Amino acid sequence: MLKKTPLGQVLGLGSAKAGAEHWLRQRVTAVAGIPLVLFLIGYILVHRGASRAEIVASMQNPIVALLMTLTILNLVWHMRLGLQVVIEDYAHANPTKYALLLLNTFFAWVMALAGVHAILKMSFGL
Amino acid sequence: MADTRNARRPLSPHLQIYRGGLTMLMSIAHRITGVALYAGTLLLVWWLTAAATSDPYFDMVQAVFASVPGRLVLFGFTWALIHHTLGGIRHLIWDMGRGFGLRHVEMGARLSLAGSIILTLAVWAIGLGVS
Ligand code: HEM
Repeated sequence: MLKKTPLGQVLGLGSAKAGAEHWLRQRVTAVAGIPLVLFLIGYILVHRGASRAEIVASMQNPIVALLMTLTILNLVWHMRLGLQVVIEDYAHANPTKYALLLLNTFFAWVMALAGVHAILKMSFGL
Repeated sequence: MADTRNARRPLSPHLQIYRGGLTMLMSIAHRITGVALYAGTLLLVWWLTAAATSDPYFDMVQAVFASVPGRLVLFGFTWALIHHTLGGIRHLIWDMGRGFGLRHVEMGARLSLAGSIILTLAVWAIGLGVS
C-alpha cells in the first residue's frame, strides 16, 4: 500500500469542485437563451430573402449587432458546457475523453470568434 | 487505481430496465437535438461570415440553403431548436422543484412535442410567405 494518509490518497481524484458552477452556467445560459432564440428566429424571418447589403445594413443598427453578438456568445457557451456533459457521459477512456473535450473547447472558440468577427465587421461597415 | 467493483453486487439500473414511453423519448430527444444544434451553429456562423465577406460568396451560401437538401436541413434545425428550447424550459421548471408529478411530466412531454411541431410549421409558414 502507498505510504499516504487516507486524505492524501483521495485528494485530486474526486470532484474537481467545478460541478455546481458548470450546472449553474448551463442554467443561466439556458434562461438567457429563451429570449435570444426568439430574437434569432425573428431576425431570420424578417430578413428572409434579403440581399447582402440589407444584412450588412441591419448589423449597423447597434441593438441588432449587440443582440446577435449576445446570441452567438450565449449559444456557444451553452453548447460547450452541454457537449462537455455528453462527452463525459460516454467517453471514459482517458486519451479519447481529453481529445474530445479539447476539440469541444476549440470548436466553441472558433465559432465564437468567427461569429463575432463577422458581426463586428458588418457593424463597422467594412 | 484498483478495480473495486464486486461482480456479485448489483449495479444501479441501466436503461434496459425502464419501460419506454413518451417521456423517455423526449428526454433522449433533448440530448440529440442539443448535439444536432451544436453542429448547426456551424451553419449560422457560416451564414454570418458569408454576409460579412462578399456578394458572390453570400449568394452561393444562400443558394445552398435554398436548395432542397439545404431546406430540409434548415427545417430540421428549426424543429430541433424549438423542441430543445421547450425541453429546456421543462428542465428549468424541474430545477425549480416543480412539475414532477406523473401527470405533469406526461403532459409536458406531449405539450413539448406537439408545440414544437406546431411552432416549427408556423415559423416555416411565415418564412415561405403563407398567410
Ligand atoms: C442552438 C442553441 C442550443 C444548443 C446548440 C444547445 C446545446 C445543448 C447541449 C449540447 C446540451 C447537452 C445535452 C445533454 O446533456 O443531454 C444542452 C442542454 C440543455 N439545454 Fe441547450 N442548446 C441550445 C439552446 C437551448 C435553449 C434556447 C434553451 C432554453 C431553455 C436550452 C436549455 C437547455 C437545458 C436546460 C439543458 C440541460 C439539460 C440537462 O440537464 O439534461 N438550450 N443544450
